[in-house]
Amino acid sequence: MNALVIVPTTMWYLLLSAVLFTIGTIGVLVRRNPLVLFMCIELMLNAVNLSFVALGRRLADINGQTIVFFVLVVAAAEVVVGLGIIVSIMRRRSGVTVDDLAELKG
Amino acid sequence: MELFVFVCASIMILVGAIGVVVRKHPVHAALSLVLTLFGIAVLFVAQEAEFLAAVQVIVYAGAIVVLFLFVIMLLGVDRVEELRTEPIAGQRWIAAFVGVAMLGLLVAAIVTGAEAVIGRGDGIASNIAGDNSDANVAQLANSVFSDYVLAFELTSVLLVIAVVGTVLLARKRKGQRVVAP
Repeated sequence: MNALVIVPTTMWYLLLSAVLFTIGTIGVLVRRNPLVLFMCIELMLNAVNLSFVALGRRLADINGQTIVFFVLVVAAAEVVVGLGIIVSIMRRRSGVTVDDLAELKG
Repeated sequence: MELFVFVCASIMILVGAIGVVVRKHPVHAALSLVLTLFGIAVLFVAQEAEFLAAVQVIVYAGAIVVLFLFVIMLLGVDRVEELRTEPIAGQRWIAAFVGVAMLGLLVAAIVTGAEAVIGRGDGIASNIAGDNSDANVAQLANSVFSDYVLAFELTSVLLVIAVVGTVLLARKRKGQRVVAP
């Protein structure tokens, strides 16, 4: 009976991570609200973190978790800077979509 | 049991992720993001990464999503985005095509390297003799504070730069014209 128990292997985690990354990519390509774009980037970062942890466990290597730690820190800094830029842009204009920022080009 | 945990967490993650993409209201999207982050934290626990699971809940669900919600409320951009009309003709189809193509590439890469990931490993905790419950934290601390101590110090510099830069970016300058939304 015990042999029939299905255990999720590393491959399952990697496939889940691939699906999550793809959903995040489609979100970045489709959505127009800059805040939602940032949330989709967070989805992609989390997908990468999940695959790091899964492979770290597979290879019995703690460095997979160490790099996830650093990715978390950098993601926090990135969100802080991005939201600061969004706040300072939104102060000057009322538009709420990234299409309204087209005059940023030369 | 582990299969049950994996399936439940996967459903949480995928429902939350799809919610982030298709929800019109930014606040709803942020709450869907919380669901996804909790699912990831559950999978971290299932993968013997207890410390990272705690950090995930505290930093992501506790701080980053609250920051998102704070900015949404501060800017008053919590109006419904019109998702029915495409800003650029055919953009949805191109995005769907790119998504499917990338998923195909990723899955092909994973399946190609299948023999490397066929098992699930003995786990990291098996490296340490005895079963002390904080083995994960101890190992992670050993790694961060010995091999990667320079990178760790640099992340503190990065955080200070980010905070100072954001305060400078977002503050209201004297005499600046504020456009009412």
